[in-house]
Amino acid sequence: MNLEEYKGVYVFAQQVDNVLNSIAFELIGKGKDLAEALGAEVTAVLVGSDVKNLADELAEYGADKVIVVDDPELKEYRTEPYAHALASVIKEFKPEIFLVGATAIGRDLGPRVSARIHTGLTADCTQLEIGDFPINPIPGKEQKHNQLLMTRPAFGGNTIATIACPDFRPQMATVRPGVMQKRAKVAGVKANVIEFNPGFTPDNKYVEILKVVKAVSDTVDIMDAKILVSGGRGVGSAENFKILDDLAAVLGATVSCSRAVVDAGWKPKDLQVGQTGKTVRPNVYFAIGISGAIQHLAGMEESDIIIAINKDESAPIFDVADYGIVGDLNKIVPALTEKLKAELAAK
Amino acid sequence: MKIVVCIKQVPDTKGGVKFNPDGTLDRAAMMTIMNPDDKAGLEAALRLKDQYGAEVTVITMGLPKAEDVLREAMAMGADKGILVTDRVLGGADTWATSQTLAGAIRNLEYDLIITGRQAIDGDTAQVGPQISEHLGIPVISYAQKIEIDGDSVIVERQYDDRYHVLKAKMPCLITALAELNAPRYMTPGGIFDAFDAEITVWGRANLVDVEDSNLGLKGSPTQIAKASDKVRKGQGEKINKDVTESVDYIVDKLKVRHVI
Repeated sequence: MNLEEYKGVYVFAQQVDNVLNSIAFELIGKGKDLAEALGAEVTAVLVGSDVKNLADELAEYGADKVIVVDDPELKEYRTEPYAHALASVIKEFKPEIFLVGATAIGRDLGPRVSARIHTGLTADCTQLEIGDFPINPIPGKEQKHNQLLMTRPAFGGNTIATIACPDFRPQMATVRPGVMQKRAKVAGVKANVIEFNPGFTPDNKYVEILKVVKAVSDTVDIMDAKILVSGGRGVGSAENFKILDDLAAVLGATVSCSRAVVDAGWKPKDLQVGQTGKTVRPNVYFAIGISGAIQHLAGMEESDIIIAINKDESAPIFDVADYGIVGDLNKIVPALTEKLKAELAAK
Repeated sequence: MKIVVCIKQVPDTKGGVKFNPDGTLDRAAMMTIMNPDDKAGLEAALRLKDQYGAEVTVITMGLPKAEDVLREAMAMGADKGILVTDRVLGGADTWATSQTLAGAIRNLEYDLIITGRQAIDGDTAQVGPQISEHLGIPVISYAQKIEIDGDSVIVERQYDDRYHVLKAKMPCLITALAELNAPRYMTPGGIFDAFDAEITVWGRANLVDVEDSNLGLKGSPTQIAKASDKVRKGQGEKINKDVTESVDYIVDKLKVRHVI
């Protein structure tokens, strides 16, 4: 493998039902940082059926080029045709870096592509930068420059590891949604589109989709919420989430929850924050009756302001809270709601 | 029907984490359990065995002490256990691990391979899909329901806002979520039998169609630059006052931080 042949930062622009996922813009944003450090461009890879009209939106968020792989076989996500599309793009265009969102789709697609290409893949990264590997010179070992250094939590967030892929290209990572920053949208930018179709011939690896069942949800995605009012086991019952709903209504916030609440059947899975749920970083995160298991902290500790209310003074949630209130949530939360109502009415 | 279940012995994350000087995990120094997603995969296989009749083989790659999880799996009802262990396999990343397991599985007949979605130590969710790629079979990850239909498998596959009902021809690889089921307990008779059961032990020489350059630390494309305990955001303020004062405190902070 001649590593010098591989140029540019490529990102997988995930779309579902011809709507681009926010992760696509986040990856372009991070990709721009990396590309600037390398003196390279960012190319978005858009895969689907009748998706070409989405290319301009990718350009508006900063994509220098958009490779469009458009084929009827790509209508709904399936592992094999999507893996074939990305692996073919990599073989044809030889990117130096390839980023994929660590979504339910990306975490299925990434490993399959990296195995086909024979390169490394670092999962669920929370930080990416260009640097040297080894980080510090080691006598007798070549120190390579301009490497992608990929940082990720492991052990349920107990440790963090920084990984490099010095001898294979592209350097591949899946990136946790909600962590990287989008660039400001520049309206009206037109995409520099490259159309590419490697041909799709169904074989034993193509699975058949018998049915697509969409979850009906009219709630705001908790990953997009600016303020989250999040409840844990301490809330006590599904009915008692009413006091959180009331607080959220006053603040224009969204209600989320911990895993214990989902396991108890009080709230649906798409409201779950944490390692096996969603990673959120709202401006304000209210942790109400949440003890703060490490798996929960992993999903919310990047929030700007964390306010914890818990009756247990030694709850680990207080270790990450900016403002911790020891007390009875059943009294404090309704009183807080009333006080905020009065404050906001006075404005 | 023949089912192969890949399981992993993982450190119990409650027990803390220890590293070797080269940044890889010191697995020998940590308490261990069967990885929860893998246990759900094993349970799924055992339910298929109960329902349709099947031979369930569990396979693990690891240190010699990983034999413990094979015996646990056999006490739950697995029929055969295979331990893949060899010094040259140590330090493997997901590429080298999937190459190793694919090389071992090539010795076996299988209709279905089941792995856990991800292990709680690495959390990568990569090894299952990568094994399927090396073996040239379809993968269905994040399975929440599994049924057999003739020579095909029908699986509910979870995504963020929907699920797909997928049909794949066997052989096929499925990755299982811990939420798939509640794994059964070992039975006293099962524990007794598993204690005496023969475990097949394979080394490098038993791996089929795998190059040395794809094994162990040397065959791993990804390398650790550094590893450390996570530095957490420091603790902020904490108050323990009556309800009115607590509420005033929160409202004051929301004003100071320009939230309201």
